[in-house]
Amino acid sequence: MKKLLLWGGLALLLMVLVVGLIQSQQGQVGQGEMAPDFELKSFSGETYQISDFRGSVIVVNFWASWCESCKPEAADLEAAHQYYQPRGDVLFLGVDYVDTEPEALAYLEEFQVTYPNGPDLRTKISQAFRITGVPETYIIDQDGVIVYVRVGPFRSLEEIKSFIDPLLDL
Amino acid sequence: MINHTKRFLWLLTSVLILAALIPGSTLAQGSYPTDDDVNAVAKQLYCPVCENIPLDACGTTACEQWRGIIRDKLSEGWTEDQIKDYFVDQYGDRVLAEPPKRGFNLVVYLVPLLVFVGGFILLILAFQRWRTAEPEVRSRKNAKRAAESRKAPDEYISRVEEELNKRSKG
Repeated sequence: MKKLLLWGGLALLLMVLVVGLIQSQQGQVGQGEMAPDFELKSFSGETYQISDFRGSVIVVNFWASWCESCKPEAADLEAAHQYYQPRGDVLFLGVDYVDTEPEALAYLEEFQVTYPNGPDLRTKISQAFRITGVPETYIIDQDGVIVYVRVGPFRSLEEIKSFIDPLLDL
Repeated sequence: MINHTKRFLWLLTSVLILAALIPGSTLAQGSYPTDDDVNAVAKQLYCPVCENIPLDACGTTACEQWRGIIRDKLSEGWTEDQIKDYFVDQYGDRVLAEPPKRGFNLVVYLVPLLVFVGGFILLILAFQRWRTAEPEVRSRKNAKRAAESRKAPDEYISRVEEELNKRSKG
């Protein structure tokens, strides 16, 4: 009985360690997988539930004001948002990762970003996507499937369009 | 006159007691916190961007911003616990140097304790087994020696006996 308890305890401990190890080694949510559903409360107070936007293409961009490599793509993402806005079936969402609000708002002001942006409260969204850093962008199709993952910044508006256009009836 | 003096003494004593009860560590409203005040809170926090480096020792822009927030909150009269709760609400439990004692986090506190107690019990059991096994082994060894000495008498004794027999015959 004592031996059984001892080995049972050891097996349980080992299992916890293995599960932790597997979780820590998993990469980000990949292409072809369903995008995790999440709720983003924007800096201006609106709430966006991603599952409410089935039928639209969603571009989720993770960024931070302290992230230097996020800056070059900020203007291009805003330009893409402006380009697709009249259609009404492409939603851009900015998720501000581990940031401070005054600096984040200053960043949005500096790059004149108008699409919805909000803090990643308790880092729940970034953990759901298992991001590896910022900037990282996920393009999600009308069925909620991730069709493209970009690690690092986009280089131009044309590049962003090249991943979104094929998903739309143009 | 005596009544007035008594009243004054009572008032003075009450004021002194109240002054002694007010916690000395709380910063006065509006006073500017020193770097030490900020670091006292910062060392209890970890920024998820730079893992394993406490906030007081981290040199990244993100951590500088966080320390700025701590400074602002302290100057607004927030307590250490209020500031830590704010960071947990914003960035999750993982910012804390010591995980909160609830839910799955309890594993962190319970496993070392269980391993220690289990090890202690095993040691006691092992010592008990050694103590009961030792006299048995000793008595077994003594019996073996006696049997051997009965079976094979000492060479010297046998020679003495042989000599005595020769003399008695002669």
